[in-house]
Amino acid sequence: MRDAYVIGAGMTKFGELWSNSIRDMFVEAALKAIDDAGVDHIDSMYVGAMSSGLFVQQEHLGALMADYLGVVPMPATHVESACASGGVSFRQAFLEVASGASDIVLAGGVEKMTDGADVTDALATAADQEYEVYHGITFPGLYAIMARAHMQEFGTTREQLAAVAVKNHRNGSKNPNAQFRSEVTLEQVIRSTMVADPLRLLDCSPVSDGAAAVIVASEAVAKKLGKQRIRVAASAQASDTLALHSRKSLTTLNAVVAAAQKAYKMAGKKPSDIQIAEVHDCFTIAEVIVSEDLGFFEKGKGGEAAANGLTSLETGKIRVNTSGGLKSKGHPVGATGIAQIIELYEQLNGKAGARQVENARIGLAENMGGTGASCVIHILEAL
Amino acid sequence: MVGIVGYGAYVPRYRIKAEVIAKQWGADPEAVTRGLSLVEKTVPGQDEDTITISVAAAQYALRRAGIDPKEIGAVYVGSESHPYAVKPSATILIDALGIGPHVHVASYEFACKAGSEAMYVAYSHVKAGEMKYAMGIGADTSQGAPGDALEYTASAGGAAFIMGRERLVAEILFTHSYTSDTPDFWRREGENYPRHGGRFTGDPAYFRHIVGAGKALLEKSKMAPADFKFAVFHMPNGKFPQEVGKRLGFTKDQMEAGWIVPWMGNTYSGSSPCGLAAILDVAKPGDLIFMVSFGSGAGSDGFIYRVTDEIVKVQDRAPKLRQMLDSDKVYLDYGQYAKYRRKIKLNE
Amino acid sequence: MITARYAREIPQRYRLEASKCAQCATVSFPPRLVCPTCKGRTFSTITLQNEGKLLSYTVVRVGSDKFSKETPFAVGIIELKDGIRITTQIADANLEKLAHGQTVRLVFRKIQEDGKAGILCYGYKAIVV
Repeated sequence: MRDAYVIGAGMTKFGELWSNSIRDMFVEAALKAIDDAGVDHIDSMYVGAMSSGLFVQQEHLGALMADYLGVVPMPATHVESACASGGVSFRQAFLEVASGASDIVLAGGVEKMTDGADVTDALATAADQEYEVYHGITFPGLYAIMARAHMQEFGTTREQLAAVAVKNHRNGSKNPNAQFRSEVTLEQVIRSTMVADPLRLLDCSPVSDGAAAVIVASEAVAKKLGKQRIRVAASAQASDTLALHSRKSLTTLNAVVAAAQKAYKMAGKKPSDIQIAEVHDCFTIAEVIVSEDLGFFEKGKGGEAAANGLTSLETGKIRVNTSGGLKSKGHPVGATGIAQIIELYEQLNGKAGARQVENARIGLAENMGGTGASCVIHILEAL
Repeated sequence: MVGIVGYGAYVPRYRIKAEVIAKQWGADPEAVTRGLSLVEKTVPGQDEDTITISVAAAQYALRRAGIDPKEIGAVYVGSESHPYAVKPSATILIDALGIGPHVHVASYEFACKAGSEAMYVAYSHVKAGEMKYAMGIGADTSQGAPGDALEYTASAGGAAFIMGRERLVAEILFTHSYTSDTPDFWRREGENYPRHGGRFTGDPAYFRHIVGAGKALLEKSKMAPADFKFAVFHMPNGKFPQEVGKRLGFTKDQMEAGWIVPWMGNTYSGSSPCGLAAILDVAKPGDLIFMVSFGSGAGSDGFIYRVTDEIVKVQDRAPKLRQMLDSDKVYLDYGQYAKYRRKIKLNE
Repeated sequence: MITARYAREIPQRYRLEASKCAQCATVSFPPRLVCPTCKGRTFSTITLQNEGKLLSYTVVRVGSDKFSKETPFAVGIIELKDGIRITTQIADANLEKLAHGQTVRLVFRKIQEDGKAGILCYGYKAIVV
């Protein structure tokens, strides 16, 4: 496989975008990415989205977006892997360039969640319909079951989970594209409305609209445009049982562990080499567990690490979710995986403004679907 | 000889006190409790209905009977609150218990005697030699109209009886049914709640039919009330069964074991069947039991049972009715009760 | 209208029917076509035991539309005696007294309704014994 580079990025703001339709948002993000990259054409594109059919009764997003982006007859594919749709979209784009099949591929993601559909129902399609959702469990409920198990097994506390939300809001307040730009206190998180014991409203990522896109290009194209800087050092994907109850453990996400192992190997890196990580904090507990499963902290110590500032922008030994994470930045499902890549791209290019990590050279993005049944990890390295 | 091979009953955990309902509607809680001889009634959980109650009672009956479910040739559920107007409750039950598919199923309705009816038909099939075993179940989650007298008593519960010819725990010695067109209580198609004729439900209905069937049974059997260890009648409230028992010549002592209504309420099609289950839980070999149900509209089914030696082997195989009635109770306030019983208009 | 989809799962939801791999004895619930352990393709049908332990749980306070009138309710992951784990509601639960490791038994309850006029959907729930 040959090298591939991220040479352009663009995204909409994330939030309740009442005036923007799903096609408006995707095209806005895609155009920004194309302009940023300076390419005059694309060879193919991927559109990551989890549930456009349920949210806005629209499928066939590949063709729709190619049409509205004005790139027909280029090949365009809708990619779905629940909340990992964006990450998998990026992986497909990477593979297409790395394999030599194409030179310039657009990887985008989008979700329009506020048009009135039952969001809980739509998101629940990422879980086992017949053996989980049938019984009334919700996504917060499934993560709450993991949280309770983690607290039971490792003594993780309510305050430690809240620390993740506090940190992410603090980072998000520095992100002009974030849905929530206000900080929250530990008290506010702990006192917010209970959703599924022990997870409260401020432990949960919000319902959001938004789109994000990046351009992946071959070395030759990147060089020609003077953009040979951000290389995709690793791309890895793994799966696990769909139902949480079928997992080997309720406190370890094996898909994350498996994808991480492959990613570190491919990039020739260790967890301690990673400076910045965008991880899938759909719920505070998810960030805690993922930070352990990515090898940043010992199993069971993720909560303690977050509470002690080991993942913060200011004092972290690894800066987790400098963008504000899903919690503060927002989580338009299909767009999230791409937005994570964009944060790394900005950081590695020195363009992250008030969120900038000094000398940022290596970043990791972890995007997962459902309760971790699918996971896709990328490592980007600045040359 | 044909009779009961296994029996089981089910009582939901939730209760509401009569005084709580009285206070809601501005009635005198003392007077209500005294007048009805009733303290509290059972309330089904939001996830319970006649079908789930029937399944639970039937599971306990199977445990006591110790038979292969596939040998049951028919399952009948009698209720006034079948969840479907068209689709017999037992169609779900037979698949839940692995009894199907080679089985006959039907739903019965006859106000409060649909349960005893199901029992009678099950018994008849076995007696006719049609099948080895048949199950009759009486179960209800009856509704009382808000503010109506029946709201104090309409409750939830059920009992299941497997009829057969071998290893009987109670033989059925005699049966008699007595029916007439007496419109004391009815519900028209499409109506939410039943209506009743007030005091017309007493002498011309309840008393006439129970006494009618009861007297015929005594004549048929050439037995006298004093011969019986236990008696149980349909229990719409605490007072009526005691009065009808008296009229037929039975004593309060004979009725004690089956008189569950003050704490259970009127489980409609489950009423006398549950009373019978409570009696079987404590009966001894040789005991004679006199049972007459009543269903408005109106009719009564009477049975005379003789308990056998087998009873002591099965009583402890499943939870006993009084045990379920008295333990792990969760009391609801009127608001919770109204929510559970769907008396609150939702935005649907 | 979920009639066929519902009817297909009846043996599992009503009777806990599972498949046991002829090669390695791994039990799968619901039954599968391929054994997740040894990739075998021959199975026998078994019925799971209906007792188990509560591994973890939550109390759902914000439910989806269908379950919104039943909140708060508890949902847990239960490990049945055969080693199979399932997700199910904990019925008649005292929400303050739930704890990891409690012994539970499965009972037959109504799980959901397809609206006012659609079918009634039944299945297993756990009760703490």
